[in-house]
Amino acid sequence: MSPSFQPSVKYQKQLKRDLAAEILATPGGEKIYSCLQCGTCGGSCPLSGYMDFTPRQLIGMVREGFKQEVIESFSIWLCASCYECTVRCPAGIHVTDVMYALKRVAIREGIYPRRFPVPVLAKEFMRMLKSTGRTNEFWLAFKMLVKTTPLKLLTMWPLGLQMLRRGRLCLTFNRIPKPAGESLRQMLESVGERQ
Amino acid sequence: MAYTYFPGCCMHGFARHCQDSLYAVFNALGLELRELKDWNCCGATSYIAVDEYQAFTLAARNLALAEQAGLEVVAPCNACFMVLKKAQDYLARYSNLRERIEAALARGGLQYSGTVQVRHPLEIVIEKIGIKALREKVKRPLKGWNVAPYYGCLLTRPYTLRNGMTLEAFDQLIPALGANLVDFELKDRCCGGSLTGTIEEVGDRLVYILLHEAKRHNADVLVTVCPLCQLNVETHQKQFIRRDREDVNIPVPYFTQLIGLALGIPEKDLGLDRLLVPLDRVLEEHPAELRAAA
Ligand code: SF4
Ligand code: SF4
Repeated sequence: MSPSFQPSVKYQKQLKRDLAAEILATPGGEKIYSCLQCGTCGGSCPLSGYMDFTPRQLIGMVREGFKQEVIESFSIWLCASCYECTVRCPAGIHVTDVMYALKRVAIREGIYPRRFPVPVLAKEFMRMLKSTGRTNEFWLAFKMLVKTTPLKLLTMWPLGLQMLRRGRLCLTFNRIPKPAGESLRQMLESVGERQ
Repeated sequence: MAYTYFPGCCMHGFARHCQDSLYAVFNALGLELRELKDWNCCGATSYIAVDEYQAFTLAARNLALAEQAGLEVVAPCNACFMVLKKAQDYLARYSNLRERIEAALARGGLQYSGTVQVRHPLEIVIEKIGIKALREKVKRPLKGWNVAPYYGCLLTRPYTLRNGMTLEAFDQLIPALGANLVDFELKDRCCGGSLTGTIEEVGDRLVYILLHEAKRHNADVLVTVCPLCQLNVETHQKQFIRRDREDVNIPVPYFTQLIGLALGIPEKDLGLDRLLVPLDRVLEEHPAELRAAA
C-alpha cells in the first residue's frame, strides 16, 4: 500500500488554550513554557516506544493549543509513573505530573474508548477508597475486569487459585474503623473536586 | 528503636509474606514497628489520575496521624514511600495546595506541620544496623547464591535518598548476606506498575525485559524492595515460559525474606511458602552452611 500524505492544518481559531492554562495551574506543570523541546523526557521514558506522541511532543502540543490531539492520544494512558522524565528534565518540569493532569482532563471529559481499563481502574480505585478508606487489590482487579474484559476472568482463575492457596488472596475488605472512615470521607468531600 | 509502621494496602493483602518477613527481621534486629492507627490508602498512582486535591488529602491525613505519633515512618512499599514524600514536598512548596489541604484536614480535627520523616525499611536497615554489623549477625550465609538487586522506580525517583545513601550502598547488602552480587544495570528500571493489569501487552513487555536480563546475568534470585514490583515480576513468569518457551523462571523474594534467611530466622516466619516462584531450587543447590554468629 502506498502512503497517503494528508497535511492536517489547524488555524488559530481552532486551537484551544484552556488546556495549557490548566497545566500551568497544576503543581509541577507551571514551567511548561520553559520546555526546551530537548526530548530528554521521551528519551528516558521506558514506554515511549509504544506511544503515539512522546512526552516532549505532548508538552509542545499542549502549549500550542492542540488540546484534542493531546487528550485523544494513547500516550497519556501509557505513563506508568516511573518519574524517569521528571528527574532528568533540564527545565525542572515535572512531566509525570503533566501526564497525571492530562489523564484527569481525559477522564473528566470522558474521552477514552469504552471499556478502556486505565480510567476504569482509576475510577474503581477512587470509589473503593472512598467507601472503605483502603483498597483491596483482588476486588479492584475483579471489578476492573468485569467492566472491561470480562472474558479475561476465565484466563485469570489459575493465578487466582495459586494466590488463594498461598494465602495471598484477601476476599474481605480492609476497612478503616468507622469514625475515622467517616472523617476521611468528610475531608475528601470538603477539599472538593477541582474548581 | 521504634518506628511508626505504614503498611499500605498491599502488605495487608497479597503481600502478607513481605510483611511477615519485615516484622521478623526488624524484631531480630531490635527495631520495633508500631502500626499507624487508622491509616488510609496513600492513593498510589491511580487516585491522582482522577482528582489531585483529594489525592494529596489522602497522603496528608496519614502524615498528620504519623506526626501525632512522633516517630519516623517506615513505608515498605515504594509507591507509598514516594507518595508520602511527594505530599510532604508539595505541601511545603505550593502554598495554595497547602492551604486547601490544611482546611480539609482541619475538618477532621487534624493538622500537619511538616515534621514527619518517611523512610523505606531498607534505608533503616542500612543506616541503623549497618552493613558491617549485619554481616556479623549472619548465621546462614547465602553462599554461592547469585543475587541481582531490583529496586524499581520510586525508591530513588523523583526523590533521592537521605544522608547521601545510594543504590550502590544498598547493593552491599547482598555480599553482606554471603551471596554474590550480580551487577544488574536495570535495577531501577520500571516494572510496568499497574500497566500489567491494564495495558497488559505493554506491561508484560517491561516485566519480560527485567526477567530476560536477570537470566542473562546468571542471577539465581532477583531481590525486590517493593511488594508491587514483587508481585508483577513474579506473577508473569509462567506465561512467558508457556507462551514464548523461554526459561525466565527466577524467584523474586522481598528483601527482608533474604535477610531473614541469612539471619537464621525459621522459614515459616518469613512467608517463603507464600512465594509463587519458590526459593526451593536455590535452597537445594546451595545447602545451608551454618556458622556461629560473631
Ligand atoms: S525533558 Fe523537559 S525540557 Fe526537555 S523536552 Fe522534556 S519537558 Fe521539555
Ligand atoms: S513518568 Fe511516565 S512519561 Fe515519564 S518517563 Fe515514566 S512512563 Fe514516561
